[in-house]
Amino acid sequence: MEAVMFYTLAAVSLISAILVVSLRRPIHNVLFMIITMIGLAGLFILLHAEFIAMVQLVVYAGAIMVLFLFVIMLLNLDQLPLDLDQRSSKAWMGIGLAVYLLIFLIPVAMQFTSIATKPPAVPAQSNTELLAEALFTTYLLPFEVASVLLLAAMIGAVILAGKKTPGNVPEIVDKRRTY
Amino acid sequence: MVTLHHYLILSAALFCLGIFGVMFRKNLIIILMSLELMLNAVNLTFIAFSRYLGSIEGQIFVLFIMVVAAAEVAVGLAIAVAVFRDRGSINVNDINLMKW
Repeated sequence: MEAVMFYTLAAVSLISAILVVSLRRPIHNVLFMIITMIGLAGLFILLHAEFIAMVQLVVYAGAIMVLFLFVIMLLNLDQLPLDLDQRSSKAWMGIGLAVYLLIFLIPVAMQFTSIATKPPAVPAQSNTELLAEALFTTYLLPFEVASVLLLAAMIGAVILAGKKTPGNVPEIVDKRRTY
Repeated sequence: MVTLHHYLILSAALFCLGIFGVMFRKNLIIILMSLELMLNAVNLTFIAFSRYLGSIEGQIFVLFIMVVAAAEVAVGLAIAVAVFRDRGSINVNDINLMKW
């Protein structure tokens, strides 16, 4: 049963990942990326990481992919006549590099024989409980630093994508002077 | 019987697909999406090791990777919007000012 689930989810994720990197229209890429995320969330549940699976669904498939969709619709990329992708020797070098890395990675993945076959028993506590216990005791400082990172990213995104029209800045300065 | 090797090979394949996307595609948004694919492949590796080693640390790492990925996507897409406003294109071949 587990094997059937694994192969189904793996096939779904792999096929939609191939479509993500190969399809031409950005909207289709995003939609297949969402399917990849859902397949990976299923694999996470299979690995007894239920909390991470839910975060994957809510944050990745929900928030991040919607952000992508927003930008694609905002920039009207679907109507934009994009140049065809480059099919030159440089691009084929990219494919070669990816295949070479895969050939290199598979023996590395096959090395872990001592722990590979039999996973330890699933702990009695729920996955969320275990995760929260570690996150709010041992890893409390990284957790807080992560919030600073998110704040910095938010400010950076607002500044980068904010509208910079020439008449905008002096107007704000004038308003401040009247106070 | 699903072993750790299955998960590792799947995640290696996903990672290489992400690299292929970064190298092959010219659309900035698709390149960002391929980066997400690579991060997800790494997440799968972490979760698989977390399960087969019986340790929760792998899942903590995945949580932090997700935080970094969210920050990266927000800034990356903001840069894409800014580049599109400036150049009217998000083809990476048009963004070559700093290319050597």
